[in-house]
Amino acid sequence: MIDWSIIAEALPAFWDGLKTTMLLLVIACGTGLVLSIPLAVARVSPHRAVWGPVWLFTYVMRGTPLLVQLFMVYHGLAQFEAIRESFAWTALRSPWFCAWFVFTLNTTAYTTEIFAGALRATPSGELEAARSFGMSEGAIYRRILLPSALRRALPQYGNEVVMMMHATAIASTVTLVEITRVARDVYYNHFAPLESFGVVAVIYFILTFGMAGLFKLIERRALRHLRPTASGVA
Amino acid sequence: MIRSLAGALALAIVAATPVYAQNQKLRVGVEGNYPPFSMIAPDGKLSGFDIDIANAVCAAMKADCTLVQQEFDGIIPALNAKKFDMIVASLTITEERKKAVDFSDPYYDVPSRFVAKAGAFTEATPASLKGKKITVLRNSPRAKYVQERFKESEVLLVAKETEVYLELAAGRGDIAFGSSVVSGEAFLKKPEGKGFAQVGPTVILDTTAGAGVGIALRKGEDDLRTKINAALKEIRANGTYKSLADKYFDFDIAPKS
Repeated sequence: MIDWSIIAEALPAFWDGLKTTMLLLVIACGTGLVLSIPLAVARVSPHRAVWGPVWLFTYVMRGTPLLVQLFMVYHGLAQFEAIRESFAWTALRSPWFCAWFVFTLNTTAYTTEIFAGALRATPSGELEAARSFGMSEGAIYRRILLPSALRRALPQYGNEVVMMMHATAIASTVTLVEITRVARDVYYNHFAPLESFGVVAVIYFILTFGMAGLFKLIERRALRHLRPTASGVA
Repeated sequence: MIRSLAGALALAIVAATPVYAQNQKLRVGVEGNYPPFSMIAPDGKLSGFDIDIANAVCAAMKADCTLVQQEFDGIIPALNAKKFDMIVASLTITEERKKAVDFSDPYYDVPSRFVAKAGAFTEATPASLKGKKITVLRNSPRAKYVQERFKESEVLLVAKETEVYLELAAGRGDIAFGSSVVSGEAFLKKPEGKGFAQVGPTVILDTTAGAGVGIALRKGEDDLRTKINAALKEIRANGTYKSLADKYFDFDIAPKS
């Protein structure tokens, strides 16, 4: 039924693919997280000149498929002689840079909206209390808004990271050999679907559950105050 | 009167049925990213030498064929999964592929060649390409050839034959190794290929007899294979093959045998 020798032979390739997948995920989500917190604050600003550009950015990025964005950067920009001659080409030449750049912009757009939504959902009482203490706007963000909003955004953010992990498969279209690419090569060379796509499905499954578990742990610590208490039940 | 009419009608249906039954229904897997053998127009219409050969073979076999477009990567597994009954997609006959599928007699054979920026290389030898990046189609006999012989070069494997030249033009590879025909049609003869040229002589990967590109079918379907081979012989003999080949090529691509 299952030809274990094919799987055993392909394991080193899957391991290398897994490293590529995880590295892509970590660099894209890491940069995305750092960028999206200030962008989310800008997104909920009352000034049009501040929230407008951020809105446009998330609107465009969320309105186009990741695959198209990657092709536009990887193949599209390479069409222009001027770009190929320019300094930017040293970076754009690399599929790693293109994938990191596009994945980061994409996840930043979604994460910004997730955080902005959580910021908007802050109970007004918390804000009033902070103002009555005489806190400045900056202090309110630092002490009240961001800590509580980022915590409340955790479940959704966890979803976004899992979705990004699945989206890394798209990197295979620009010559990066991540686990989906490895699976396709195994499939092609042995004509065995179970030993290729079956294995990669199990890997994604384990990764997803590992990540979901990790976020559950963080949520349990960070959102302790939102859990129903024993006295609340009684 | 009515009864005899009904009788005539019934007779007509009975008489007509065997004619339909003779026309075998076949699905043919084709690729679409291998000009001028296989191309997809933006409106999804397929054309090219492979497509014409598929249609001509089907006509000679008196079969009703439906073309199914499938990416090159999964084309052999899809055949074995019965998504279609035969593959006409410039599949080179190789020992590895013969383990998974059967092949018809070859229907064309063209050599491979190296292409790079004009003047960048004078020859394509393992020594001259040391440390250079060679772009080549993934999972192809050419990729195997390059990986086995150019051990000190980097190999950039891409998913489609047309991307081999895109990556070369973009500067992501130093030299491309591709089909001598596709590299001309898809690249050198186009504006994108300006300033690029062939490096060294053309390369014949497999010099054994019966080498070339064949129609693939599932193992053990000998009836269909006999029919396909007969159809190939027929179109070679009656001039159909030559007239189709002349549409695309100004040189002989027929397999030598």
